[in-house]
Amino acid sequence: MNAPATAASTAIALDGTVLGPGHAAPEAAFIPSRGFWGHVGHRLVRDPVAIAAGALILAMIAVAVLAPWITPMDPYKGSMLRRLKPVGDAVYWLGSDELGRDMISRLMLGARLSLFMGVTPVLIAFVIGSAIGILAGYVGGWTNTILMRTIDVFFAFPSVLLAIALSGALGAGIFNAIVSLTCVFVPQIARVAESVTTGIRRRDYIDAAKLSGASALTIMRVQVLGNVVGPIFVYATGLISVSMILASGLSFLGLGVRPPEPEWGLMLNTLRTAIYVNPLVAALPGVCIFIVSISFNLFSDGLRNAMEIRQ
Amino acid sequence: MLLYILKRLVAVTPVAFGVSVVCFLLVHLAPGDPLSAVLPADATQATIDEMRAAYGFDKPLPVQYFIWLWHVLHGDLGVSIATGRPVAAEVGRAVVNSLILASVATLIGFTFGVLFGFVAGYRRNSVLDRMASALSVFGVSVPHYWLGMVFVIVFSANLGWLPPTGAGPDGSGNWRPDFDHLRYIIMPAVTMSVIPTGIIARTVRALVADILSQDFVEALRAKGLDERGVFRHVVRNAAPTALAVMGLQLGYLLGGSILIETVFAWPGTGFLLNAAIFQRDLPLLQGSILVLALFFVALNLIVDVMQTALDPRIERG
Repeated sequence: MNAPATAASTAIALDGTVLGPGHAAPEAAFIPSRGFWGHVGHRLVRDPVAIAAGALILAMIAVAVLAPWITPMDPYKGSMLRRLKPVGDAVYWLGSDELGRDMISRLMLGARLSLFMGVTPVLIAFVIGSAIGILAGYVGGWTNTILMRTIDVFFAFPSVLLAIALSGALGAGIFNAIVSLTCVFVPQIARVAESVTTGIRRRDYIDAAKLSGASALTIMRVQVLGNVVGPIFVYATGLISVSMILASGLSFLGLGVRPPEPEWGLMLNTLRTAIYVNPLVAALPGVCIFIVSISFNLFSDGLRNAMEIRQ
Repeated sequence: MLLYILKRLVAVTPVAFGVSVVCFLLVHLAPGDPLSAVLPADATQATIDEMRAAYGFDKPLPVQYFIWLWHVLHGDLGVSIATGRPVAAEVGRAVVNSLILASVATLIGFTFGVLFGFVAGYRRNSVLDRMASALSVFGVSVPHYWLGMVFVIVFSANLGWLPPTGAGPDGSGNWRPDFDHLRYIIMPAVTMSVIPTGIIARTVRALVADILSQDFVEALRAKGLDERGVFRHVVRNAAPTALAVMGLQLGYLLGGSILIETVFAWPGTGFLLNAAIFQRDLPLLQGSILVLALFFVALNLIVDVMQTALDPRIERG
């Protein structure tokens, strides 16, 4: 990573005096520091797979945000006469569903709830899990033992089972589904946050901050958070893919979004009856879940490589 | 080694205790009374009180918990509210079916995962490596319930090769290892195996690449060992971790089978859970989850002990 300016061009000394050609100035003075995130961004833009995945995610988010204005038809208006039209129909480009509603409009509007339900639990869990993990890792001792042993109990449940058990007990609904998925991801993120925090708590800059008189809360907020947020963030982006699949899975089981709201998992469930009549249409919502899920996975992998975090 | 097993057992007891608390509290997370789903809407207060007393819901929570725990420790998981049959028997039957399905899926996943992982790890950055990597990303990204539907569309609806749902031709709830039943397990097991294939391939690739880059491999080659000999060393070094991942995957599949069991109407714990949730049969829900979670805890313990036994580098202290 060479800086554009080299010793061959006119050199400027540290005090600002122009030294003129021929003077070999210390090269370090010419390399503008990108900083950690600058380097990450630089490496990321050279990863075509990650860029493509990121672009797909942005496109999906754009569709989700703009859906109410750009859907070609009313996603809720059905027609008993035009049920289960095939893909490539003159009116319904991607066919129509079991109630004669336009598939492409429903898929576009469905992106809203599907993305929202997939991303929100990870975001909330990122905040709560990081807080628990950093607290446990930094304070250590009994606080650590109590918090982490409690976390261990949640690790005793396979994540799909925990999500379904909680949603099943709480009852169907968007809010309950998000609550249960958050509960699934908090322990996972807390464990990662705890381990990276424990890794840095004995570093010199923490001691320096302590000696300068900073309070524990300030150190956790400034020194610790700044140094651990990267790895935790990468881990969390990797969870979004799982979260998308699980959130749609809950709706697929009837534990998430309720009809007639369009959501990919729920659409997949209601179209199951149509797999013998119009299989291609029935499979479409799953294609959407798959595209978003694999995009998040590939983007997360790219981010991990760019940040040089080893798994 | 025995001491190590004992230590692990002691360490796992509080976790198992915690699991039982979570399972117990699940029922009380539910809005309303666990009985409200089964009682008729016009039930008199006297009937409600009588039922509450009969099921013990009138006692304080901690008391209820210890009574419940006492019964659980004696193998009594309570009685299903919907059917009136003992939960333990229902769960026991379903667990066998789930275990068969998850084991077959894990075996398929392990075989292909190890195969792809070794090829990719040996031939890094080759076309084969890229294909194996793509496959493992596919495995962890694909919504498996959708993949199951696609399989049903292709192999049942279009080609008519395999039955779309159920565990056997007689419609009974028990799978048996004969040809007729084998046709029924192929699709759910292959669908389920996609996840472990991807994860195991990823792990094995990283392991093999790491082992091959170590000094001792170079030393083995320098002393004139042929590639088959080197390969044996790589296998021995990769085996403990690969087997551990396989063991954990079995646990995840068993616990996460509900979606696939629903797609294929497989008469296992997932199917039971689904029924329990929609009939709001809370004792059944509680019992199934407790059994699955404890099974997962036990499996973790076994994997841990096996890994330590296989890998002399792990501290047993």
